[in-house]
Amino acid sequence: MTRDPAIELKGISKAFGPVHANKDISIRVMPGTIHGIIGENGAGKSTLMSILYGFYKADKGEIFLSGKKAHITDSQAAIAAGIGMVFQHFKLVENFTVLENVILGAEDGRLLKPSIAKARRSLLELAADYGLNVDPDALVQDIGVGMQQRVEILKALYRQADILILDEPTGVLTPAEADQLFRILNRLREEGKTIILITHKLREIMDITDTVSVMRQGEMTATVKTSETSPAELAELMVGRKVLLRVDKTPAKPGAVVLDITDLRVKDEKGVERLRGIDLQVRAGEILGIAGVAGNGQSELLEVLGGYANGTGTIAMNGEKIDLTGKSSNGQSRRARGIAHVPEDRQREGLIMDFHAWENVAFGYHNDPAYRSGVLMNNAAIREDTTDKMQRFDVRPPDPRLAAKNFSGGNQQKIVLAREIERNPDLLLIGQPTRGVDIGAIEFIHQQIVALRDKGKAVLLVSVELDEIMALSDRIAVMFDGQIMGERLPSETDEKELGLLMAGITDTYNEHSVDEVQDNLAHVHAPEKGA
Amino acid sequence: MDVMPKWAEVILVPLISLLLAAILSALVILAIGEDPVAAVKLMVTGALGSSYGWGYTLYYATNFMFTGLAVAVAFHARLFNIGGEGQAALGGLGVALACLYIPWPHWSLALVGAAIAAGLFGAAWAAIPAWLQAKRGSHIVITTIMFNFIAASLLNYVLVNMLRPKGAMDPASARFPEAVQLPTLHDLLAPLGIEFSKAAPANISLLVAIAACVVIWVLIWRTRLGYEIRSYGHSESAARYAGMPPNRIIMVTMLISGALAGMMAINNVMGEAERLVMNAVEGAGFIGIAVALMGRSHPFGVFIAAILFGFLYQGGAELALWTTIPRDLIVVIQALVILFTGALDNMVRMPLERVFLALRSAPKPGRKEG
Repeated sequence: MTRDPAIELKGISKAFGPVHANKDISIRVMPGTIHGIIGENGAGKSTLMSILYGFYKADKGEIFLSGKKAHITDSQAAIAAGIGMVFQHFKLVENFTVLENVILGAEDGRLLKPSIAKARRSLLELAADYGLNVDPDALVQDIGVGMQQRVEILKALYRQADILILDEPTGVLTPAEADQLFRILNRLREEGKTIILITHKLREIMDITDTVSVMRQGEMTATVKTSETSPAELAELMVGRKVLLRVDKTPAKPGAVVLDITDLRVKDEKGVERLRGIDLQVRAGEILGIAGVAGNGQSELLEVLGGYANGTGTIAMNGEKIDLTGKSSNGQSRRARGIAHVPEDRQREGLIMDFHAWENVAFGYHNDPAYRSGVLMNNAAIREDTTDKMQRFDVRPPDPRLAAKNFSGGNQQKIVLAREIERNPDLLLIGQPTRGVDIGAIEFIHQQIVALRDKGKAVLLVSVELDEIMALSDRIAVMFDGQIMGERLPSETDEKELGLLMAGITDTYNEHSVDEVQDNLAHVHAPEKGA
Repeated sequence: MDVMPKWAEVILVPLISLLLAAILSALVILAIGEDPVAAVKLMVTGALGSSYGWGYTLYYATNFMFTGLAVAVAFHARLFNIGGEGQAALGGLGVALACLYIPWPHWSLALVGAAIAAGLFGAAWAAIPAWLQAKRGSHIVITTIMFNFIAASLLNYVLVNMLRPKGAMDPASARFPEAVQLPTLHDLLAPLGIEFSKAAPANISLLVAIAACVVIWVLIWRTRLGYEIRSYGHSESAARYAGMPPNRIIMVTMLISGALAGMMAINNVMGEAERLVMNAVEGAGFIGIAVALMGRSHPFGVFIAAILFGFLYQGGAELALWTTIPRDLIVVIQALVILFTGALDNMVRMPLERVFLALRSAPKPGRKEG
């Protein structure tokens, strides 16, 4: 049987100035299948989907939908052609109800009432058809992230989308919610919808897709049947060389307690308690991983430890108490105490993007006598030190005079890591060490973290990637709503148990429904982080 | 990736902006029935054709260097100090008090004393908006501009009620004593055998301004304070992470900025008027914004831009004097220069970037238009 593919892209090319984001890319996606697109950050996945969705116009190439040539000039045209997109960052109006969000931009007439009534009917139908249950009258700000994602999917389906593009859909979900999403996607596939799933997680590709395309540096390196490939092969196709997917490490030899936190509490500007009595210990020579859904207090924990948020309770470093509110509570005094900090958001906090690499290597350590000559800064010495550090951390290109923004995500992170780890700190705070970092660099960064541990240093690792927590940690603490839900050893737990803890459910031996998980998470209102 | 080479960024963009402003100005002059070529000739000979012209050009440029540096320093911390006008006015008060009430034995000591007084007064005037910004979050643009008005009123009060000599009708201070008269460029260059107009007001303050450019360059690019200022200006969140206290950076930056604006008074009050008059600043505080914009907040750029604006000021005055081109048109021309070099920066930059991109990717084959 010869059916026309639901989507066919032929020879798509797109350049932004000298950068070729997409080079001669062709894909065929058959109807009723899930097609994965995998690739590192900057490989051109998002550009390609933006072309399909009408945000960008391709320099070259053609788009065919169900065999007919399509001219997608803007997102309106894409929607009319039956394409729906679920963005990584949801495009919802927080203080509108689910219904209002669904009809936004697709109202039938000047009066809202008939549209709302119609939408309510079709929402019920869609919910029944695909298992997409949401309360139509709930405000979006009151429902959890997983629910919000469902609203995005409903929005697309309400607009009669036959093709659904999902951009990194599981980034914000707990494992249970991700499973639920995949069940929905399966259901959609059974109903004949065509789905494109953009992700950088190999496991998701293997779990759910029928076919997968791998992108690297703007080119499509391969399109294969998922059943005929393996994670290792995909990783190799993504990076262009063999990569180690597991972290090689020996069992930890925990020593004395380095960091001792008791009853730590932090309030945000609105007076809402973000940390509600944290007790934690990190020992020398161990990596403590903090797991949790983003926005459950991990950022606040790092900020208060790093010296730029105030808190109450006690933090002792090597047995000595740290001042938590006074004038001397800042990043400088923390560094003097042997605490190094690789912040979660390297572009907003860890680096100054317009500064040269060497200026960034001095960042936070600019009072170091080695970087000084009299009242002036010894720029030559800093540059020399930077060249050195860049070499040891394999930063490419090794040019101290290049602005931070001109390095790739992985190399930016290596600059931050080099700056912090080379100080040989007693305690390393590290948040989202591999967010936006390519696979090749992930391997290196993980090795560096483990190496620091092996030198007998304490590491506090915060990550929303459960895989990363499982792979690196010697001990795992799970955070939910500003509290520690429990501690586990990686050898004695699994993703399912951690996932339940991440949703605040501590009796992990009993069965729990996904709805219960989502309900729990919905009560935690993540603080908005300005971009 | 930086699209343009540095020389294009620093020289080509302002130059093209300037050219556009000049062309538009020429059209305006044409439109009112005057000859733009003759006007340019007159401006050039008037401002640069004689040592008298140069003397005025450099005098104005000195003012603009101080106010331009003031704005530039604040820009590095992403603070928009548009209170240069008021800070310079207060600087004038400082100079007047120092010159009138302290019996200086020699002009050199007086210069140092007056400069310190001017700086202190200017800094004090900037300190209040800075404090309000740091502690209360009151936006510095709003507060500094309001402080310009307060400064004008304050000066008015002080001049009329306190500094005005008995019986004088003029809201101005008494004339400064002979001993604090600053040497003009004529006096300075005479020993070197260079003849310079005696009537022109350019004076030793020019050298102070040039020294200030160098000092500010060192401060911004070579000291830890400058590093902290730039860090804060680029990313407040990163500065917080690094443990740089934001409030201190705001305060210190604004104190330096205000002091620079205030120090302008050694040129216009001490060096030229030799007494404090109402509205002595004459808009130099605002021109400083344009100078800093055009000079890309770099002390050397400020130096060049200040001389350019000095030329425009002096050339404009000549035009008003010798032609029927009205004084208002001069302001229009200056405004066009500010508009093009400051506000419409991207209008020139974007096409230029495209040109450079095309030049760079031209050797690559197979890049057809789709």
